[in-house]
Parts: sequence; structure tokens; C-alpha cells
Amino acid sequence: MTDQHEPADITTVTADAPQMQPLAKDPDAMANKIGLLFILGLICFLGFGVAYWQDAAFWLYGTLIGAGLVALGSGFIAWGKYLLPKGPFVEERHVLASSTEERTAFSAALMERGVAPIKRRKALGALLGGSLGVFSIVALFPLVRSLGPLPGDSLATTNWKKGTRLVDINGNFIHIDQIDVGGFATVFPEGLQLTDDGQAIDQTFLIRVDTEPFTTAKGREDWTPSGYVAYSKLCTHLGCPVGLYEQQLEVLVCPCHQSMFKVREAAIPTFGPAPRPLPQLPLAVDSDGYLFAAAGYNEPVGPGYWERP
Amino acid sequence: MTATATPRTKRQKKEAAGPYGNVGKTVDVLDERLGFAKGGRVFMDKIFPDHWSFMLGEIALYSFVVLLVTGVFLTLYFVPSQRLMTVPMDFPYKPLRGDTVSEAFYSTINMSFNVRCGLLMRQMHHWACDIFVASIVVHMARVFFTGAFRKPREANWLVGVTLLILAITNGFLGYSLPDDLVSGTGIRIADSIMLSIPVIGSYVSFFVFGGTFPGDIVIERFFIIHVLLVPGAIMGLVGAHLGLLVRQKHTQFPGKGRTERNVVGSPMFPVFIFKTQGFLFMVLGACALLGALAQINPVWQFGQYYAANISYAVQPDWYMGFLDGLLRVMPAWEFNNFGYTIPLEVTFPAVIFPGIVFNIAMAWPWIEQQFTKDKQMHHLLDRPRDVPHRTAFGVAFFALLAILFIASSTDVLANFFHVSLNFVLILMRVLCFVVPVIAYPVTYFICIELQGGGSLMGKRKRANVVVRTEEGEYIANPSDPRPGDAHEELDATPVPTFIIDEAVVVEAEEVVSEGGVKVAAR
Ligand code: HEM
Ligand code: FES
Repeated sequence: MTDQHEPADITTVTADAPQMQPLAKDPDAMANKIGLLFILGLICFLGFGVAYWQDAAFWLYGTLIGAGLVALGSGFIAWGKYLLPKGPFVEERHVLASSTEERTAFSAALMERGVAPIKRRKALGALLGGSLGVFSIVALFPLVRSLGPLPGDSLATTNWKKGTRLVDINGNFIHIDQIDVGGFATVFPEGLQLTDDGQAIDQTFLIRVDTEPFTTAKGREDWTPSGYVAYSKLCTHLGCPVGLYEQQLEVLVCPCHQSMFKVREAAIPTFGPAPRPLPQLPLAVDSDGYLFAAAGYNEPVGPGYWERP
Repeated sequence: MTATATPRTKRQKKEAAGPYGNVGKTVDVLDERLGFAKGGRVFMDKIFPDHWSFMLGEIALYSFVVLLVTGVFLTLYFVPSQRLMTVPMDFPYKPLRGDTVSEAFYSTINMSFNVRCGLLMRQMHHWACDIFVASIVVHMARVFFTGAFRKPREANWLVGVTLLILAITNGFLGYSLPDDLVSGTGIRIADSIMLSIPVIGSYVSFFVFGGTFPGDIVIERFFIIHVLLVPGAIMGLVGAHLGLLVRQKHTQFPGKGRTERNVVGSPMFPVFIFKTQGFLFMVLGACALLGALAQINPVWQFGQYYAANISYAVQPDWYMGFLDGLLRVMPAWEFNNFGYTIPLEVTFPAVIFPGIVFNIAMAWPWIEQQFTKDKQMHHLLDRPRDVPHRTAFGVAFFALLAILFIASSTDVLANFFHVSLNFVLILMRVLCFVVPVIAYPVTYFICIELQGGGSLMGKRKRANVVVRTEEGEYIANPSDPRPGDAHEELDATPVPTFIIDEAVVVEAEEVVSEGGVKVAAR
């Protein structure tokens, strides 16, 4: 921090040097103004104490302490700026670099005393390096590997299986007559509606688009009984829940970055950054008229990742 | 003899105490043991240039102080746990009574409603965070545009960029803690960004969340990183930053008496101490006023995070805006080959682009050296207009970030101007390229123009008074300088160690001359 080699200069200045004068034209008037600021601060702080004690509204005591601090701060600054010597003052900038001899001496000490004799023991050095290397790798086991399980194929699977019944957030089954055309619901696999996995991964958007079955894509002829269609609710962009249904246009909109998916056409994205259609869940109706999954999703839901086929 | 006699009169007492009384004695005691007097005085004499732009770093420092103080208060009430519980039926905020929420969320709203000063502290903490990041950015901009990062200060520039990254990171982590609907959505997006990293993405995600999103441990982990690891690192780096600053001394703008071999301004003690102390209180006060009067992050209105819920118009804190904007304008380019996927529509905006930005920022001192071949030491600052290429580059760069920031509200813009979302999106894509490309030459030529201003720059323009003489001749005379601009600065004087008040010295001579000490007797 300080340069030990240079003696710190002792300098003397007379009190009436122009640089020693305050900046204020009338220092006493300025002192009075600053005094007022400090009094204002004092009053505000007392006010804060009372307001706190009386449990006043938080904005009131917040304002009081804030105003008090601003008054105190501006008084402090004004004191420094207007009443203390105005300067300007100057300080020498000493060269930081050491002399050439000192530098050479340092390198010499480093190399001749330490590095050269150590280098002589090549084998020892290699052993030391090897063991430090292994240490730094195994140290990662507890520091990194313990943090969580390996992903395996869990990103590619959901809890939807052939025959899983659809339930809403309250755990009620969805009856085929329950939702009118244009209506929708967020559904989960039976029993998982309140679990983390059910909420975060399995969430599915069920829409009644029509009264009759329709075909969203080739090979999906019988996936939409009574005009019900179900898509994964996880945006293929960044996994936000695709929670807005624009009924007139029959598009699903993601509120995060406005990707839009065509509901009648296998949820292909028509706008926005989402790269893929939302996966579709094939639906079927049981003998009591309740909806269930005719199969699980046939592709991973949600955003893209490296291992995604 | 006088030494042993007990001092009786006032004058004797004063004499026995030495010229500087108890302070002097304390200094004696301490210096004998620690030897700090010489170095300590150099420190007291340290000169701080008087230019407003040197204050920006102080704002950053003091808003960090606010963060530490208010943050410690928050830890006394915040429970970093995702365990679910029921909001009691006597909770002051009625809409949440009886709801199932996490302990993290409950403790946040509980400290907002049931702890005196709790809401004030929370809002101050959040405001201080926004001010902290903003002041770091502006401070960096001044260092960049004036060339303060040049040799020998490259290392401090690196420390600064690292501090910015840490500040943004910690802001995001803190924002995530209350477990409300908005922050939970943010964490989900962060998870998807991790997943988008080629090869290791899913491992990163699983190790952060301890399994699949959301898991039950992420808030606890974010908490300890947010309150201990990152603030600790920030404190260490701030120490290094200031240590380097003291060691290498301040830069200064060129001006009267200012050279590469000196620093002109106010000394640390007492002038700067007063100003900076006052400034600390101002920043504290500003945060308190904002916290008291401007609502920020009212999490009780968003509600608990449930992974299947979403609210409309989710917006991250402002410093994340440019990422969100780029995520919106990036085309949906996902690559799928040989059974592997690269979701470039995410990887590019959220991983590669910030990587490029911060790497350019880090490497800038050396990038510039490649062009200028300048290996000299620099303690005098550049006027931005004198380095037109750097200035133009910086402006183009900030223009790009500004466009991306604006692009983070494409939907709001479309609604506001009643145009189609598609139009706004395409416009933004075009602007991302056009604006920086235009900003560069425009800035460049403005700089060249300004260089003509010469020594009058920085002073207000003087009017030209045109007079018509009796012969019909017109003469233009510049008017008098405006008040304040005529002010000529005094010559700089060394920081005084001893101040001699001549009038008093004469009178005090007999008292102290024996010891041979020069003294400012008062
Ligand atoms: C490095 C600078 C820091 C930044 C940028 C930062 C930022 C934030 C932000 C934006 C929040 C969300 C606040 C809200 O609106 O609810 C937050 C919450 C929190 N922060 Fe910090 N913080 C910092 C340092 C600290 C420190 C040093 C501590 C404690 C030692 C701390 C403790 C907390 C706690 C307990 C919460 C959660 C409580 C709540 O959200 O109300 N922070 N932080
Ligand atoms: S997460 Fe749906 S558009 Fe980005």
C-alpha cells in the first residue's frame, strides 16, 4: 500500500494559503445551512423512533429515516466540500516498478534458491503432481457428484401410461360431457395432481375444440374423442406452462415469449421461438364416459436437451 | 524538574500533554507497537480527483453496504425451505388465508406483514440490488469510455467485470428465493437454459436441482449461495479492487497541472472522508426512500409458485432483460443430428451470447492493444471524443444491449402501439443489426466533430454578440464567459502535513520552541 523506500514527504503550508481556504464565500452562512440539515436529520430520526414505536404505516417511518439520512448525508458532503480546505492538492505518483537490480535479485532468489533444486528431483515432482492431480479429481466426487442423481432417461419419460385417467387439479376425473366446446382444463395423471412431478412434468392442457373427433396429424386419427385434444403444457422453448388458449384462432399461446401453437394441427408452432410442436397425448373414453390416456407421450416433453433423440 | 512536578496551571497541563494531546499520545502508543505512522499518513494524503464520474463506483460500494445490512435482517426471518404449510387463518393479508404455500413463501410474506420494518427492509434490499447492478454498469462504462482500464490497470478491469457477473448472479439467486409464481417461473427458465448446454446440460440441471425440476432442495441451495458464497466472493473482490486502486493510485482527467506523474484533487483526510461518508448516507437514504415509497416485487400478489401455473407478462429484473429479449428474437433453430439435440434457440441467446459478451468485456484491454499497439503506462484519462473508435464501439455495443432490452417486452409494445406481434418481432430482429451498425459511424463522426471544440470543450458555449458599426460593418465578438466558467483553478499544492498559522506561531513560540516542534497551536 505504501512505498517503504521513499520517505514520506513532510510538507508545510501556511494557514492563509489560498488552497487552504474553504470554497464557501461566506463560511459562517454555509455552516448555518449545514446545521439546519443536521437538525432536520435529527428531527427525522426522532420521528422515525416515534413512528416505529407507535407502529405507524411502514411507508411513513421509511420515509422519515430515508429523509433523515439524505439530510445528514447532504450536510456531511457540504461540510467536506464548502468548509474544508478547497485545494487543489497534489500528490506525486511514484513509479511502482522496482529497480532492475531488485527485479533481477527477486528472479534469482526464486530460481536459484527454489525452482532449480526442486527441478533436480524430477521423479519426486512427477509423483507430487500425480497425487495432487488425482486428489483434485476425486475431490470433485463429493463436491459435484453428490449433488444429485444422474439424469438417466428421466427427462424422456412422464407418468402418463396407457390407461392413466385424467384428473384436474382437485383430483376429479374428466367426464366427456363436462367441458363445452371452447373450454379447457389443466390435467394430470390420476393421483399425481399435487406432486412435484405431476405438476412440473406431466401437466397437460386439455381442450375441447369440437364435438366430433378430428385428426391433428397423420397417424393420429383416433386421438381426439368427442373433439377433446390434449397437449403437453410444457413449452418446447423453455418449459413455461403454455397457459393461454385463444379460442377464436384456436391457438395456444405461451405467456413467456409468445410462442403460438395451432391446436388443430398437432400444435405446430406458428410464431415465436419454440422449435417443436407440443407433444400430443392420445385420448380415449372409458365405458363410464371418463377420459383416459390411450398411451403415454411418444416423445420427451418440454425444452430441448443434448440427449433428446 | 518540570517533568516530575505535577502540572498545575492550564498551560502546564497543556505542555505536559505534548502538542497533540491525547490523540498524539495514542498515536505514540500505537506506532511504537505497529509502526503505522508513516504509511498511515501516506494513506491520509491519498488524493482523490474531484470529478463527478469518480462517484459511480462509490454508489456501487454503498449500495452493496445496504445489501449486506438489509440482507442480514432478512436472514433473521426468511426460512429457506420448500416444505408446504398452511397460511394461518388470522394472517393479515386475507386472500392467502388457508392457502397451501411453501415455508419460503410464507416467511417472505410473513416478514412483509407481521414484522415491523420487514417490508421496508425487503423493498430496500431489492432496490439496493437494482441500484447496485446499475451503478456497476455505469461505473464500467465510465472506465471504458475514458480508457481507465489501460496499462497498468488491466487487472482491476478484470476484477470489475467479475464483480458485475457476480452481482447479476446474486441478484437472480435472491429473486428466486421467495418461491413465488414469478420467481419460480424464472427458475424453470434457468433450468431449461442449463438443459440446453450441449453434452453436460442434463447433468448440470440434475446436480443443481438434486434431480428433476423443481425438487425440494433448490431454494436451500440458492439461499446459501446467495447469502454466503457470492457475497463473500464479492467482498473479497471489492477488497482487491480497492487495494489495487490505492496501490496504483487514481487516474485523472488531463487539465491544469495534471501530469502522468501526479494526482490532483482532494486528500483522503479530511475532505474525501467527509464527502464519501455523506455519500454513504445519501445512498442509504435513497434506498430507504425507494423502499418506503416505491413498491417492488409484491410477492403476495403473485402467489405461491406451482409448476403448472403461470401468470401473464412475467418480467425478470431489469439486468436480465437483454437475455430475455434475445430469447424472444432468436429464430427457432434447433438442430437434431445423430440422435442428439442442440437447442440453439436457447443455447445461443442464453449461453453463447452472454459468454461472448463477458469474454469480450474481460479481454477488452488486450483487444484494444492489438489495434493500438500501445504498451505505455496511462494515468491520464482519455476524453471519449479523442478515441473515436473505442467510443463508437462502446456506443454500438450498448445500443445492441438496449435493443435487446426493449425486445424483452415485444408483447407489451405490440399491445401498446396496436401493431401485430409479428411486426414487432421482425422489427426487433432488424434493429438488432441495424442500430449498432448505424450507431458506430454516427458516434465516430460526432467524436471527430467534437474534437474541433478544443480547449473550450466542457464549458458552456459563449454567445456571439454581433455589432453593426456606424459604417455598416458587422463585427462578431464573443460575449463574456458565463459565471462559473471564467473560474480559473488555483495551482495545486502538496497535501500539507503541518499547517502554520503565522499569527499564532509567534505567540506560541515560547511554549514549544524548546522541543523544536513546529506546531499549529490553536
Ligand atoms: C451481493 C449482493 C446481493 C444482491 C444483488 C441481492 C439481491 C436480492 C434480491 C433481488 C432478492 C429478492 C428480494 C425480494 O424482493 O424479496 C434477495 C432476497 C434475499 N436476500 Fe439478497 N442480495 C444480495 C446480498 C445479500 C446478503 C449479503 C444477504 C444476507 C447475508 C442477503 C439475504 C437475502 C435473503 C434472506 C433474501 C430472501 C428474503 C426475501 O426475498 O424477502 N442478500 N436478494
Ligand atoms: S417458454 Fe414458451 S415461448 Fe419461451
